[in-house]
Amino acid sequence: MPLVNGGKIADDSFAKLAVDTPLPEGGDILVPAERFLGEADGLLKRAGKVGVIWPNNRDIAELVPYLGKIAAVALVFPSFRDGRAYSQARLLRERYNYRGELRATGQVLRDQFVFMLRAGFDSFEVKKQADAEAFMQTAKRYSVFYQPTGDGRITALHRRMQLRHSEGVGT
Amino acid sequence: MYAYDEIDRTLVNERVSEFRDQVQRRLSGELTEDEFKMLRLQNGVYLQLHAYMFRVAIPYGTLASNQLRALAHVARKYDRGYGHFTTRQNVQFNWIKLSDLPDALADLAEVGIHAMQTSGNNMRNVTSDQWAGVAPGEIEDPRIWSELIRQHTTLHPEFSFLPRKFKIAITASDHDRAAIKVHDIGLRLVRNEKGETGFEVLVGGGLGRTPFIGKTIKHFVHGRDLLSYIEAILRVYNQYGRRDNIYKARIKILVHELGIEKFSREVEEEWQHIRYSSLQIDDEVIEDIRSRFIYPAYEKLPHMPDELRQAAADPEFEAWRKNSVAAHKNPGYSIVTISLKPIGGPPGDATAEQMDALADLADKYSFGEIRVGHEQNLALPHVAKRDLPALWKALDKLGLATPNVNLITDIIACPGLDYCSLANARSIPIAQELTRRFANHELANLIGRLHINISGCINACGHHHVGHIGILGVEKNGEEVYQITIGGRADENAALGNLIGPGVKFDEVADVIEDIVEAYLALRERPEELFVDTVKRLGVEPFKERVYATR
Repeated sequence: MPLVNGGKIADDSFAKLAVDTPLPEGGDILVPAERFLGEADGLLKRAGKVGVIWPNNRDIAELVPYLGKIAAVALVFPSFRDGRAYSQARLLRERYNYRGELRATGQVLRDQFVFMLRAGFDSFEVKKQADAEAFMQTAKRYSVFYQPTGDGRITALHRRMQLRHSEGVGT
Repeated sequence: MYAYDEIDRTLVNERVSEFRDQVQRRLSGELTEDEFKMLRLQNGVYLQLHAYMFRVAIPYGTLASNQLRALAHVARKYDRGYGHFTTRQNVQFNWIKLSDLPDALADLAEVGIHAMQTSGNNMRNVTSDQWAGVAPGEIEDPRIWSELIRQHTTLHPEFSFLPRKFKIAITASDHDRAAIKVHDIGLRLVRNEKGETGFEVLVGGGLGRTPFIGKTIKHFVHGRDLLSYIEAILRVYNQYGRRDNIYKARIKILVHELGIEKFSREVEEEWQHIRYSSLQIDDEVIEDIRSRFIYPAYEKLPHMPDELRQAAADPEFEAWRKNSVAAHKNPGYSIVTISLKPIGGPPGDATAEQMDALADLADKYSFGEIRVGHEQNLALPHVAKRDLPALWKALDKLGLATPNVNLITDIIACPGLDYCSLANARSIPIAQELTRRFANHELANLIGRLHINISGCINACGHHHVGHIGILGVEKNGEEVYQITIGGRADENAALGNLIGPGVKFDEVADVIEDIVEAYLALRERPEELFVDTVKRLGVEPFKERVYATR
């Protein structure tokens, strides 16, 4: 499954650990939420980055005490139609000011890229190679956005206000 | 009319090109039908019994004549020459080819019409009073706020994959023509003691297999906080709404399971986090939207022009005027409802020819504007009273002057088993038969206001729960059986109807309805007592007795 990071297909430095996988000596690891919360101190002490795989039905606020210490949060889309992780992503970025890698995992197709980018994701485990290859092109598909989110894209309402004011100045 | 600017047009075009890519990927086999399903449903495309069905949004029920012509064009070029107006200010085309869809969308985009979020588990077309902006006594035009919400809900990055569909309706009149109490969020525009605009917010209304009347969650949300408050409701719903069972996934179930107090506390807590954010709307933004609504330049015209006085001698004209013409906020003008319920016809259908002709009449007599109401009728919202006789003649020629608005033959019905893959029973033939039974306008007038709503399955697209008489088709042992309720209503006193007894067979439905109506005529205290009020006063029992005594 190709990873898109920073807008292009990239190597995944993280190894995904299951609940009972023995802890590797070094290297970057992605750990399920349950395990992370149970072994946080030990996990954070070792060399290599630590990321957490957070399920979409668990309150993201539980992760807040650790946000400054972890390198990645992987949120889960168990199916295309289950949109809970969009809310979790926005809360992480906009309410809890999380600045690390925010990864979309699970059923990730090109048709969600724009929504995901707007919600604050910057890394994507894409199901299909063709979709991963189409990332940049798809991400640029829209130039108009009606809602303000933490991604900083200027909204239509705001743009209209700017136009109004610049017209006002010009005439 | 709301005039799209370059920004709105760009977005619609970008959506068309995205959908074109999605259809292309489906046709090339890159996407499976299962994968494509989720994508087409975001854009109003269903797979029905015979073909793809394409549902187009008419936000808050306002159409310009060129837009109606574009709908006629789509009906003619890509479908079978007609369209079907629904109970949620949408229009449906039933016979469209998948490969034609992107072109049909592109044609509609040219006049600022789209199909975004007319299906799927997202925020659906925002609906409002079809008389918005022209109804006497309205607090202010609710379409300004509807448009604000339309924009905010379009391609929302957080709420496009909700547990289930989500519908918002707005009214600004005492008499609720938008059925806000049976929506996921209902908004009633109100003014506070300082004269500021705000909203009473209702939540958790809905029909379907578990009907609920919406409950007030907040008595006053200031206009500037409207988007943040809606966002707070949706965020709570997106996270906690049930996803394990499609039939329990609507917000009404969450509100019911948590209780309105707990639910409103959750919303309140979320709202306090986002209330003072970029979601806050300043007056300038509202003014900007308002400035792009074009209002007619009304003339000062007489309340009772000579043309109207003369035409009053014609009983047919008078019958139509009394039935289909309503008061306008400007005394020289009227609101004219166009019945799409001809005797013997399928409710809510209009042919391409009718749509084109109506667009011409709108240009001539209604400042180029047409409205669509949830009762599946259309309206011309700004007709000078002196033009009423000429308009009536023209409508009559088109078969669009049936004087049955709000009467027993003004039936709301879903497409039912004739088109819909979800349906268990036929709806349209029941409606057609009932219109024949009550074809006599004098009889229909004598009966007075009476809304019949028919759904062909438990999903309740025909809103049977809130019909004065509701008819629900179900399947029992391979046969169509119809359950009949009475006493429902969808207005400001919204209520769910009560079942009168065991279901009846297809062939018996019309007889049963006749019995109910006869019972009402005998039981009402005076001619002004509406059917629904008689039911309220007496309960189901006397009607039940009448219907089942001989069955």
